[in-house]
Amino acid sequence: MAATDPTQETARRVAIAGNPNCGKSTIFNALTGLRQKVGNYPGVTVERKEGSFHGSHGEPMTLLDLPGSYSLQVRSPDEAVARDVLLGRLPGEARPDVVLAVVDASNLERNLYLVAQLLELDLPVVLVLNMVDMAEQAGTRIDLEALRSRLGIPVVAMVATKGVGLVELRQALSVATLPRPLHRAPMPALFEEEVGRLAGTLPADAVAARAEAMLLLGLHGGALDELAHHSPEVVEAARAAQHRLRDAEIDPVSAPVDARYFWIQTVCDAAVAKAEGGGLSFSDKMDLVFTHRVWGWLSFLGTMALMFFCIFWVAQGPMDWIDDLFGWLRGVVEGRLPESDLRSLINDGVLAGVGGVVKFLPQILILYFFLGLLEDSGYMARAAFIMDRMMSRVGLHGKSFIPLLSSFACAIPGIMATRTIENRKDRLVTILVAPLMSCSARVPVYTLMIAVLLPASALWQKVALMLAMYLLGVGAAFGMAWLFKKTLLRSETPMLLMEMPPYRWPSPRSIALRMWERALLFLRRAGTVILALSVLLWALATYPKPADPQATRAEAIAQSFAGRMGHALEPAIRPLGYDWKIGIGLIGSFAAREVFVGTMGIVYNLEQETGDIEPLRDLMQAEKRADGTPVYTPLVCLGLMVFYVLAMQCVSTVAVVYRETNSWRWPLFQTAYMTVLAYGGALIVYQGGRMLGWQ
Amino acid sequence: MTAPAPASEALSGFGVGERGKVAGFALEPEQRQRLLEMGLTVGVQFEVVRFAPMGDPMEIKLRGYHLSLRKKEAAGVQVVRI
Repeated sequence: MAATDPTQETARRVAIAGNPNCGKSTIFNALTGLRQKVGNYPGVTVERKEGSFHGSHGEPMTLLDLPGSYSLQVRSPDEAVARDVLLGRLPGEARPDVVLAVVDASNLERNLYLVAQLLELDLPVVLVLNMVDMAEQAGTRIDLEALRSRLGIPVVAMVATKGVGLVELRQALSVATLPRPLHRAPMPALFEEEVGRLAGTLPADAVAARAEAMLLLGLHGGALDELAHHSPEVVEAARAAQHRLRDAEIDPVSAPVDARYFWIQTVCDAAVAKAEGGGLSFSDKMDLVFTHRVWGWLSFLGTMALMFFCIFWVAQGPMDWIDDLFGWLRGVVEGRLPESDLRSLINDGVLAGVGGVVKFLPQILILYFFLGLLEDSGYMARAAFIMDRMMSRVGLHGKSFIPLLSSFACAIPGIMATRTIENRKDRLVTILVAPLMSCSARVPVYTLMIAVLLPASALWQKVALMLAMYLLGVGAAFGMAWLFKKTLLRSETPMLLMEMPPYRWPSPRSIALRMWERALLFLRRAGTVILALSVLLWALATYPKPADPQATRAEAIAQSFAGRMGHALEPAIRPLGYDWKIGIGLIGSFAAREVFVGTMGIVYNLEQETGDIEPLRDLMQAEKRADGTPVYTPLVCLGLMVFYVLAMQCVSTVAVVYRETNSWRWPLFQTAYMTVLAYGGALIVYQGGRMLGWQ
Repeated sequence: MTAPAPASEALSGFGVGERGKVAGFALEPEQRQRLLEMGLTVGVQFEVVRFAPMGDPMEIKLRGYHLSLRKKEAAGVQVVRI
C-alpha cells in the first residue's frame, strides 16, 4: 500500500478550520503535541500556530491551526486570515493541501454553515465530528454513513479531549489521494450563472475563482477591504451582477446563505436523529444561576474576587521566592567579582532587569490559568453577556471586559487579549484605555506613597485610599473610552452577536499548554524590552562617575546622567510640587513602575535594602526643601499617586501596543494622551489643593 | 379568532419562553448578513431563553444552539409568533 503520493515530495499541508468553541485547538494539540511553532502572520497581529505530526504510515505532515471563524464572509482580522489562507491569497503562505473541518456534533447545523463554504473552495475536505459524546448525552444520534454520503467527504467521529478517534483521523489524513468534495450546496440557477460569469472576469491565476466569485457576489456594500483585493474591473462586474440579481428578485446577500442552510437542513434531516424535549439541559440549569438577576451578579463578582485573590495573594509566595533567588544570585556575583562597573552592570542592570520581569511570572501564569478556565468552560461568554449593558454605555462591547480585567494584573496580556474583538476601532479603543487599569506594578508605588501619606492611620483608611486609586483608574479608562468613541474613533456601538456555548469541563492539558505558550510570549515581549531598558537606565544612573571616589550612592546618582535629567525635568514638574529627586524616580519608572521604589531608595541614600518600606518612608518624610518645608506634603503624595494611576510609564506596554497595532502612531498617541492626563491630574490635585488652602 | 395572516412583530418585544419564526429584517445589509450566517434565516424557528440581568442583551435558542443579541438589533428582526 502506497503511503504517500510519490510525486508529492513535501509534507502534506493540513489546515484546521472551524467555528470558535468547536474543539479545534484540542485536536491541534492532540495531533502535534509540543511540536508547535507560535508566531504571527506577516503584517497582521493574528496568531499563527503551526505544528508537525506524522500520518499513520509515519509520513510527515504539517498542521496549521486557522483562527476560529463563523464564515468566510469575514467580520474580523482573524477571520480574514482564515479566508486568505484558504484562498491562497496570503503572500508567503502556501495554500493548504487539505482542509480539516472541525464541527461540534452537538451543534451541527450552525457548525455546518462554514463547512458548506469550505466545500466550495475546491480543496479536499476531511470532516471531524467532534464531541460526539456530548451530542449523545443530549440525545442526538448522528448517522456517520449518511453524513459521509450526503456531504461527499470523509467524516471522522471524535472526542478530542479523550483522544477518541485520533487513530481514525490520522488514517483519514494519510489517504494517498484525497478527493475533492463530491457535493456542495446548490445555489439558485441565476445566482450560479452569475458566479460562473464573475469567475470568468477574475485573473487567470486565481486559484479558487468560483469561491472568490461567490464571496464577491455575497458582499454587502460596506466591505471595502475585501473589494480592495480585487481590480476595479472585477468590482464593477460584481456590482453589475448584484444589480442583475436584485432585478430578478434574488438578494445576493441572503440568497447564498439561505441556500446553504436549506441544503444543511436536508443533510441533517437524513443524518441526525434528535430526541426531542427532555427538560432542561445541564447548561440551562447552570445558566439559571450564572445569568440570574441576583445569583448571576454574585457568582460573577465571586469569580472575579477569587481571581484577584489568587493573582495578588497566592502569587505572593512564589514572587518572594523569585526575589530571594535573584537576591542570592546578586550575592553570588558580589562574592565572585571585585567591585567594578562590570559587577554593577550585572547586578543593577541585568539581574535587576531580568528579575523585575520574571517576578511577575507567577501572576501572569495565574491570570492565564483563570482566563483559560473561563474561556474553555464557557463562562467567558456569560461574563460578556452580563457586562454588555454596562460596556455598551461607553460604546464598547461585552468582549472588551476581559482585556480590561486582565489589565489589572498587567496591561500586556490585557492588550494581547483584545484580539478577540472583531471591530478594529473598538479593539483600538480597548487597547488605548487598558493601561489605565491599575496593574500590579503600580501596587508597590501606591503602598509606599500611602505609607508616607498616612503613616499612623488605621488599616481601613489605607485600604480605602488604595481602592480609590483603583477606582480612579477604572473611571479614567471608561471615561476615555467614551471620549474616544465619540471623537477620534467615532463609530456605532458594535453589534453584539455572540454564541453562548454550552458549559463544558475544561481540559487541564489544553489550559496548561496555553499558560506555557502565553508565559513564554510575555517573557519574550516584555522581557527583552525591559532588559534593554534596565541596562540603559543603569548606565544613566552610573555615568559619569563622581570625581570623589568616597561619594555616597546618593551623591553619585545626583551627578549622573539620570541626576542631570532629573534636574532638567525639574522646571516641568515643579508645578506638581516635585523636585529633581522625584524626577529621577519618574525617569527610572519607565522600565517598570515599581522601579520607583528602588530608585527612591538610592536617591535618599538608603543604607540597607531590607525590603521593608518603613526606613524609606521615614527618609522620605524627613526630606526637606531648601526653605525647610517638607517635600512630601499630603498634596504631593496624593498627586504622585494620581500621576502613577494615569501615566503610561511602561516601555514594554508601548512596545506591545506597537506590535499589536503595527504602527507607531497609536503607541505614541497613547503615551501622549496618558502623559497629559497624568500631568493634568497631578496638577489639579496639587495646585487645586493649595488654592483650597491645603498643603 | 380568524386572523388572515399573522402580523409580524419585532423580536425585541418577545418575552422569555415565547417562540416564533423569522419573517424578515429591517437592518443594514452588514448586520443582516451576520444574523443570517449565524443561522437566523427567514423561516427559522426560535425560542427566547432569557435576558441578561440588566435586561439587555437577550438570548435565543435556534438551530440547536444559543445566541445572544442586543434588543437594538432584535428590534430589526421581524418575527411571527407561533
